Amino acid sequence: MNLTLKIWRQAGPDDGGDFATYDVRDISDDMSFLEMLDVLNEDLIGKGEEPVAFDSDCREGICGQCGLMISGMAHGPDVTTTCQLHMRSFSDGETITVEPWRASSFPVLRDLVVDRSAFDRIIQAGGYISVNTGAAPEAHSVPVPKANADRAFDTATCIGCGACVAACPNASGMLFMGAKIAHLGELPQGQPERDSRVVSMVNQHDAEGFGGCTNIGECAAACPKEIPLDVINQLNKDFRKAKKGAH
Amino acid sequence: MSDLIQDLYREGEPIADTKCPDGPIENRWTEAKFENKLVNPSNRRKLSVIIVGTGLAGGAAAATLGEAGYHVKSFCYQDSPRRAHSIAAQGGINAAKNYNDDGDSTYRLFYDTVKGGDYRSRETNVYRLAEVSTAIIDQCVAQGVPFAREYGGLLDNRSFGGVQVARTFYARGQTGQQLLIGAYQAMERQVTAGTVEAFTRHEMLEVIVVDGRARGIIARDMVTGEIETHLADAVVLASGGYGNVYFLSTNAMGCNVTATWRAHRKGAYFGNPCYTQIHPTCIPVSGEHQAKLTLMSESLRNDGRIWVPKNRDDCDKDPRDIPEEDRDYYLERIYPAFGNLVPRDIASRQAKAMCDDGRGVGPKVGDFRRGVYLDFADAMERMSRDQVAAKYGNLFDMYQRITGESPYEVPMRIYPAVHYTMGGLWVDYDLETTIPGLFAAGEANFSDHGANRLGASSLMQCLADGYFVLPNTIRDYLASGPFEKVDEQHEAVVEARTAVTDRIEKLLSINGERSVDSFHRELGHIMWEYCGMERSEEGLNKAIGLIRSLREEFWRNVRVLGSADTLNQSLEKAGRVVDFLELGELMCIDALHRRESCGGHFRSESQTEDGEALRDDDNFAYVAAWEFGADRDGDDVALTPTLHKEDLVYNFIELKQRSYK
Ligand SMILES: Cc1cc2nc3c(=O)[nH]c(=O)nc-3n(C[C@H](O)[C@H](O)[C@H](O)COP(=O)(O)OP(=O)(O)OC[C@H]3O[C@@H](n4cnc5c(N)ncnc54)[C@H](O)[C@@H]3O)c2cc1C
Ligand code: SF4
Ligand code: FES
Repeated sequence: MNLTLKIWRQAGPDDGGDFATYDVRDISDDMSFLEMLDVLNEDLIGKGEEPVAFDSDCREGICGQCGLMISGMAHGPDVTTTCQLHMRSFSDGETITVEPWRASSFPVLRDLVVDRSAFDRIIQAGGYISVNTGAAPEAHSVPVPKANADRAFDTATCIGCGACVAACPNASGMLFMGAKIAHLGELPQGQPERDSRVVSMVNQHDAEGFGGCTNIGECAAACPKEIPLDVINQLNKDFRKAKKGAH
Repeated sequence: MSDLIQDLYREGEPIADTKCPDGPIENRWTEAKFENKLVNPSNRRKLSVIIVGTGLAGGAAAATLGEAGYHVKSFCYQDSPRRAHSIAAQGGINAAKNYNDDGDSTYRLFYDTVKGGDYRSRETNVYRLAEVSTAIIDQCVAQGVPFAREYGGLLDNRSFGGVQVARTFYARGQTGQQLLIGAYQAMERQVTAGTVEAFTRHEMLEVIVVDGRARGIIARDMVTGEIETHLADAVVLASGGYGNVYFLSTNAMGCNVTATWRAHRKGAYFGNPCYTQIHPTCIPVSGEHQAKLTLMSESLRNDGRIWVPKNRDDCDKDPRDIPEEDRDYYLERIYPAFGNLVPRDIASRQAKAMCDDGRGVGPKVGDFRRGVYLDFADAMERMSRDQVAAKYGNLFDMYQRITGESPYEVPMRIYPAVHYTMGGLWVDYDLETTIPGLFAAGEANFSDHGANRLGASSLMQCLADGYFVLPNTIRDYLASGPFEKVDEQHEAVVEARTAVTDRIEKLLSINGERSVDSFHRELGHIMWEYCGMERSEEGLNKAIGLIRSLREEFWRNVRVLGSADTLNQSLEKAGRVVDFLELGELMCIDALHRRESCGGHFRSESQTEDGEALRDDDNFAYVAAWEFGADRDGDDVALTPTLHKEDLVYNFIELKQRSYK
């Protein structure tokens, strides 16, 4: 198929940036969206134009490094990562706009590449269980009911891609943060730090400039790992409880 | 120095000492830990360590050394440490917990790993690996890693290729992700504590060696292009494997050999570069545009049955229309004891043999079908579709997304792909390279796997190295401090920095006709064709010639656009391909000199009557540790490395021909 691409080009963090239009030809259904961009880039290099910068690494939907707004949707029309989006989801002759994640907490570095280190700082604020290496008890000394283990797993699958933030009109990071709160909160190991964890993470989230959640649900709709919206309820509940406890 | 052998390499002094302790094997690690000197807690914060890599090995090491109180600087090229390639591991991690009482033990894990590695790994190291394996599971569980559990709340296990006990712990098909998140969180905790400083989007481009010791690195800030000097008392490379030398592989796009290759050029020996693992269960290539291959977890072989049509004429039929009697379940037929669970090298080679025989399935790429069926029809009858979905659902979804076909309806198609590299920087028992103060951990070192890696054993090795081994061995090195301060203007530092800036300038100034990717693809093609699943003297000689002329053309004709002082992905790739072009030649030289077959290294001249790999223990029971042998960067036509042999001595396990029949 042949496609028209309108791609955001921005030379650096302080540059204005604008859309550029490119045509790509003979794109096959089996290509991933990023392979299609690879083809475009080879073409641009051939013409002596600088290729479009975009992030990716695993190209299997697990590292969370890729992430584009494709025709206004985070990761494009399917509920998956950008690297796992295949060209069979588009049709011949289509015009596709490609933009970076848009959120003030994720500044653009170049073209389609953004800085998501705010997510790391939220984890640094308390998204862990404190256990020094070598200090762990025998694994079977703490059984975990299967239901809790499964819920912990489901929420632990968040890949930190940031689609939730990009999709949210408030640019809230609550789904990402809620996923971590739920993951660790489901486990017996996570209980001792449960209160302090949620308070510090929420404070960090707000300090980074992410917006609050107003229950729009776009985050969960865009999440490639289908993190359920109710992790935000769990987050809010834990947060209220922790605040009360602090009084 | 001795003469050039085959015009390609020289032989140097054998390796005299691996620092392996003596005595009963089960006491060696305990004794080594005791013998290693201690560092007083108040002195630790005065000592600094650079760790390149935030995968399981690097992340775990950073967390642990941070907890101990050392000052750690951690580097990765991704935007977050959580994205290191370890995140992609699907299947599981081994540990000799014997929770199932099926006869597992430290000794058995040790035995299986040495045998699985085709007797080309170091006994003492492998024993230690088996010994610390159980503590890894404890550590990860305490961190909150959500391993699969039984209804009673205890951990579940499964079995993996090449073994007969269920010792593999897993978290659905995302074990690597969950383990890495655990290590990442532990490391981020230390960032808050102030012991670990994280440098993301930083690429290490050179090691700094002062007075014979590793004292730092040169890194490029991949956003601003700034060339930075980072100094420390010791340096750890945990930068992963080099499978991307083949261009197409299951590795993440950014995986590279730069960190280890630059260290090799500075004097660190490279061990067994030719040992490459080809994984049997990947999604076959669909076309020319492809940038990487996707692995389907090996755990699928627990329930899926592998077959091809008996008759070539059936290859383009709908597989569901091929009756049972016309199917050849070739692994079950040839290896009745292990069936579909034979080790990876055997499963891969047999799949290739079936396709070479004209019985491959799936679309033709070129004029060849490269695929065999992995069929779940029986499993769905035995277990119900829902149970199959519970076990493998996410893998099936991934397959469907990529191929457009549902494995619930039609058998999956699989084909081998480059997956893991067993070679890497040569290290002694302390994980120290031949450059004092430079350590290597995880897939970046050559140590524990031998010529073949069993499933679920890399995650184990990476975490063993990172959490338990390295923190205990590097301590001994650090205890010999305090080290003299190094000045940023020191000659050795300036030299390393200049080497980096010169190389970047040169790459940007060539302004030729061909893109970096086109060179990388061509190199990958040469490697797969001549140094892939099967290697021969003739092919390898040819490959060496081809690689040399490709390298020469690269330095004359590559086109790298843009500038050095911005985010420039072409420049990043170019630097990596430079190193792959040199590594590729060394891999071929190593494969050529090793005139035997072992594990993932299959020399067509060395096979048994029924086509199995034939080892030659009398002549090749050694590690090949290569010393770099050309003297300047660039288009030097030939590398002339020097081979140092480390003899492998087996005192606890008898060397046997590996047989899975
Ligand atoms: C698809 C797939 C599935 C797998 N499944 C399994 C499995 O089920 N079980 C198993 O045991 N093994 C499995 N493996 C193998 C295993 O995942 C890897 O061998 C292992 O994770 C390697 O870990 P590592 O810590 O050594 O390095 P990596 O995780 O590769 O990390 C490398 C780190 O080094 C950094 N780095 C590299 N070069 C530079 C540089 N020049 N400058 C700065 N930073 C740099 C990277 O940013 C990264 O942080 C699988 C591998 C793949 C590809
Ligand atoms: S919650 Fe979903 S969308 Fe948000 S970062 Fe995690 S995986 Fe991505
Ligand atoms: S590149 Fe890793 S999730 Fe897309």
